[in-house]
Amino acid sequence: MIDFSLTSDQKRLLELARDFSEKEIRPVALEYDRDGTYPEAILKKAHELGLMYTNIPEEYGGSGMDYVTHYVVTEALNYDCCAIGQMIGISHLSTGAILFGGTEEQKKKFLGRMTESYRSSCYCLTEPGAGSDAGAMRTMAKKTSDGYVINGSKCYITNGRDSDLLCLFATTDRTLGTKGICCFAVPRDTPGISVGRVEDKMGHRALTVTEIFFENVELGRENLIGEEGQGFKLAMMALDRGRVNIMAVCTAIAQKAFDEASNWAREREQFGQPIGNFQAIQFMLADIYALILATRAMYLHMGWMLDQNIRCTVEAASGKFFATDAAMKVTTDAVQILGGSGYMKGTVVEKLMRDAKLTQIFEGTNQINRMVSGRGILSKQCIQF
Amino acid sequence: MNVIVCLKQVPDTETQIKIAPDGKSIVTDDIKWVMNPYDEYGVEEALRLKEKFGGEVTVVSLGPKRVTESIRTALAMGADKGILISDDALEGSDSLATAKALAAAIKDLDYDLIFTGQRGVDDDMGVVGASLAEFLDVPQFSVIVKVEVAEDGKSVKAHRPVEGQVLVVESSLPALITTQKGLNEPRYATLPGIMKAKKKPFEEKTLADLGLDPAKVGEGGRKVKILELTPPPKRGEGKIIEGETPQEKAAELAKLLHEEAKVF
Ligand SMILES: Cc1cc2nc3c(=O)[nH]c(=O)nc-3n(C[C@H](O)[C@H](O)[C@H](O)COP(=O)(O)OP(=O)(O)OC[C@H]3O[C@@H](n4cnc5c(N)ncnc54)[C@H](O)[C@@H]3O)c2cc1C
Repeated sequence: MIDFSLTSDQKRLLELARDFSEKEIRPVALEYDRDGTYPEAILKKAHELGLMYTNIPEEYGGSGMDYVTHYVVTEALNYDCCAIGQMIGISHLSTGAILFGGTEEQKKKFLGRMTESYRSSCYCLTEPGAGSDAGAMRTMAKKTSDGYVINGSKCYITNGRDSDLLCLFATTDRTLGTKGICCFAVPRDTPGISVGRVEDKMGHRALTVTEIFFENVELGRENLIGEEGQGFKLAMMALDRGRVNIMAVCTAIAQKAFDEASNWAREREQFGQPIGNFQAIQFMLADIYALILATRAMYLHMGWMLDQNIRCTVEAASGKFFATDAAMKVTTDAVQILGGSGYMKGTVVEKLMRDAKLTQIFEGTNQINRMVSGRGILSKQCIQF
Repeated sequence: MNVIVCLKQVPDTETQIKIAPDGKSIVTDDIKWVMNPYDEYGVEEALRLKEKFGGEVTVVSLGPKRVTESIRTALAMGADKGILISDDALEGSDSLATAKALAAAIKDLDYDLIFTGQRGVDDDMGVVGASLAEFLDVPQFSVIVKVEVAEDGKSVKAHRPVEGQVLVVESSLPALITTQKGLNEPRYATLPGIMKAKKKPFEEKTLADLGLDPAKVGEGGRKVKILELTPPPKRGEGKIIEGETPQEKAAELAKLLHEEAKVF
């Protein structure tokens, strides 16, 4: 019943992703991190190769992978730089709501257009006054005779500056809280959309994050995804799979840190021997490896659940905080193993540690994910094994 | 323009090679097998010709079943068909027998150009391309870094580096070209390409299918026998050049290069 072997297709896809990461991403990872470069050439190439819209069905121009294969490929694409890797894979989160809630016609129209280019999409939920408390959002969707007019602003939007398609959440009635939230598919060229500040970040520096403003943006009925008031539910469904994606990303971060640290432990000599001879270092490496095994098994398991259409809200929330806490611990320990040189700019582990920090914050802070998990446990939503 | 690419599967160049107890072969247990890098250039060049002139690219290989994987890689890159000559009796064949079997599989195909690597990166013999051209009775260009097929698709010019200069040679088609590093930059197999590869035509042929005598190939039919394999000598310790100033160090380095390493 349990088989962890990859099919020969999966192996080949994995090899393509690894090759791509090694040849296209690794050589520029540190430089793009230093300068906060938008990885345009890499995105173009990933798009040409079919590595960008991996789990969007083929009928909408994607590569049509199942979840498990998508996450395996995601781990490989994030190994050399998770900021670039997530720019390649951003549509997994940002088109989730459209895939779950859109009609056939909407999917063909909005996703079909998006998949023609490398600029992809963004997920517009967070606002200055609505972070963890997404229900407090102020961006208004005012109903008109034939559609909606949007006014408001979003912040911290990944790929907000360059994406062709925006998956926007706005409320028709603030008094309804989360039940007033609607989901819209908004093409970039709709009049009234502008981009504000491009953020200067601690880590994930090649991932562009911006403010977006909506000023009298007129949308038709055909832009509404699902029913009015279903937006919050769709946003959360998209986050379930987004969180599994983060587990794969964190596995990549941890694996890279582990590879750097274990190589160092073999080579660096102190007291006349490799530091790997000291039990203190071995124990750190052992703990790191155990965490990597666990996070990889988790994303494979949850990918399988998604492929079977088994709801995994509690599991994805639990896996998200576990894998991101693991990535934080692993990268911190990797810096420790490299000692002073690990703390210096230009070493890979220093970047990894800064990159890892974000994963504990976005797609629900780890406090929020623990709350989602805890509530789900008490209302008996966890899976039976 | 129909192009044939002969593809050999070889150990990944990053694999740690161990010599087997018989002293004449290598341990194949933990080896990662890949397409011979020179053959990747052949596949790429064939695909570019196909993009320009139309036609089909057929990949022909000889070896055990695992070679299927490398053929599929070429199909994923964009080749149209794969043929694998696979027969237990071929185990241990020398280059000549390999070329003979390839010729038997290729002779009835419709082709304008054949690419082989200038050598396999495993045993570095560099014999198959030339022998194959001989058996098929077509002109051959070896160690080529640039290929120009005439607009009418009837002739080809090939560039061959010679001691820092370039020799340009021309012939009618069909012809055989052995590829050299620098010919092109092989493309990635795209993801849709990978998905499509498994639906592309793939044939397996035995010696009987090709009408070849098992006694003339394989270990028994070898004309060239491997007597011994020896590992490369262990690399000596590096030397750190001492000196107070860069000038002193440079002078010391120049002296050592001249007197010890004897490079000039
Ligand atoms: C680099 C980056 C990229 C991002 N990309 C996107 C994107 O593409 N799209 C998008 O919509 N958003 C995006 N975000 C926003 C991100 O999802 C939010 O930052 C996150 O949800 C937290 O919101 P906040 O920053 O407002 O923090 P707050 O919600 O203000 O939280 C502050 C602290 O309070 C804690 N806290 C809040 N409420 C509770 C509670 N009830 N119980 C216990 N603790 C609580 C939090 O856990 C946190 O520690 C991104 C953020 C960053 C930094």
